[in-house]
Amino acid sequence: MKRLTPLVPALYIVFMLLPIYWLLNMSFKTTNEILGDFTLWPREFTFENYITIFTDPTWYMGYVNSLIYVSLNTVISVTVALPAAYAFSRYRFLGDKHLFFWLLTNRMAPAAVFALPFFQLYSAVNLFDTHLAVALAHTLFNIPLAVWILEGFMSGVPKQLDETAYVDGYSFPRFFIRIFLPTIAAGIGVACFFCFMFSWVELLLAKTLTAVEAKPIAATMTRTASASGYELGLLAAAGTLTIVPGAFVIYFVRNYIAKGFALGRV
Amino acid sequence: MSLELKGVTKRVGAETHIHPTDLTLEHGVFNILLGTTGSGKTTLMQLMAGLERPTEGEVWFDGADVTGMAVQKRNVSMVHQQFINYPNMSVYENIASPLRVARLSKGEITARVERMADLMKLTPMLGRRPVELSGGQQQRCAMARALVKDASLVLLDEPLANLDFKLREELRDELPRLFADRRCVVVYATTEPVEALLFAGNTATLHEGHVAQFGPTGEVYRRPRTITSAQVFSEPPMNTAPIVKEGDTFRLYDGTEWPASAAGATLADGEYVFGIRPHHVTLTPTGAHPVAIEGMVLVSELSGSETVIHFRHRAETWVSQSHGIHAVPVGEVAGLHMDVAQGLYFDRSGERIGF
Repeated sequence: MKRLTPLVPALYIVFMLLPIYWLLNMSFKTTNEILGDFTLWPREFTFENYITIFTDPTWYMGYVNSLIYVSLNTVISVTVALPAAYAFSRYRFLGDKHLFFWLLTNRMAPAAVFALPFFQLYSAVNLFDTHLAVALAHTLFNIPLAVWILEGFMSGVPKQLDETAYVDGYSFPRFFIRIFLPTIAAGIGVACFFCFMFSWVELLLAKTLTAVEAKPIAATMTRTASASGYELGLLAAAGTLTIVPGAFVIYFVRNYIAKGFALGRV
Repeated sequence: MSLELKGVTKRVGAETHIHPTDLTLEHGVFNILLGTTGSGKTTLMQLMAGLERPTEGEVWFDGADVTGMAVQKRNVSMVHQQFINYPNMSVYENIASPLRVARLSKGEITARVERMADLMKLTPMLGRRPVELSGGQQQRCAMARALVKDASLVLLDEPLANLDFKLREELRDELPRLFADRRCVVVYATTEPVEALLFAGNTATLHEGHVAQFGPTGEVYRRPRTITSAQVFSEPPMNTAPIVKEGDTFRLYDGTEWPASAAGATLADGEYVFGIRPHHVTLTPTGAHPVAIEGMVLVSELSGSETVIHFRHRAETWVSQSHGIHAVPVGEVAGLHMDVAQGLYFDRSGERIGF
């Protein structure tokens, strides 16, 4: 019985990884093979799908667009959230707790609710089909999240640190940039990660607010058929590539996220 | 050089944290704020530093009104109970930071930091991060940062409270030496009467946002003005009991009597409150007028080379503190002796009767 114990997590991991393996598997097959026999690994191993994605601008620009608005969103969200989180963690003001909760409720509304007003609004101010439009739309749910995460980290820093710095002669901006931000670097890392992730996987707003110029990869992927019929291999390759940035970011912030969990946030 | 609080009051919402306070703190001696947790020591220090603005009243430093002046411009330094250092900087950078903010030359900074590190025995740790230091070293680092600039007001908010016993003793000895050749007003907050007595200087006893008494430490200890002041300055807490004066005798609530001393004889007959510190209630008779008192032992514990006994006397609980180690069985009746010559007498409003 004891020898079987390692089997449990092994089975679990196999179960979890199966769809990802299947995606990877398909991405190296031709569409004919996918639609034909059931094969556990590619019989005709091909890089054709990946080559198409990296050479065809309609495909790779999807990634570029996504990366642009996701990065833009992360920068805006965290920059705006930092002072807000500082205020929530350091000052008591009228209705602060309600405001904090209200911020969180912004996350509770489905994105579909905002799709139409955003579409109208951005069209009116000529922001439609720009990276900024998507980045701004995503701040709707990313800023509250970032505020919430950062507030947790900031409250973990004793207020006496601020006081010591003022006593030492630091002005507020200097203290904030030179001492406070490095102190909560882990929190900023975690906040960036979550903003990145949520913006990266959000499809509805990104799709609604773009047409050609800023079309995200997820939108590109939804066109399943083209002139040459179904391109399942190509889609699988695109799917595989979509997972990569997330995996990459997770690898870099894995320790910080553990810290975030330890602080009771995230 | 002196710091003056003139009618300083701090209210937050409906709560009064500091009641109107007048204090004049001089340089050259330790100014001790003595009081329990929550008595307002930290708030008072924040007001002195300029981290908080008083709701009413003025703060004067060296004959100038600094009430509205930002803390950055006041040349203050502060050490907190928690070991506060900049976690992202090395020990060297931590100590150097106030000098860098003040834009001193590189050579001057290096020289000063090295001198300070040497004094604080931090030289081998200069390259490390604060988190890699032990608690004592972290607090030394915080102190080095506070002392490296020539602040004219140094605030020490229970700096030794979070240290282990041995380190505390060590730093306690060092502290007065660190300030010996400095011209600055030093304020030291503590919850421990022993610490106040050790540093001498002047002591302000604090209770619930009131300064109960301020004066030379020995004076405040020996001649407390009120029961509150005496209680703040007594650990374990002072025993208090109702007493009646009739003719030339004092009579305790249980009928124990002793003669009113020469000065007490002038006192009008009536009801008073008698206060006696635990170390004047002992197992063996001491002093000029030992008066016997019996009580059922509730708790008997050793504190260093002292025996502390909590005993029940009628409905009251008394505390006695005797030199040496005595085996006193719990639950039995013990005979104790009050050195009534060391007793304090208060009127019923809590003011001490001056004799």
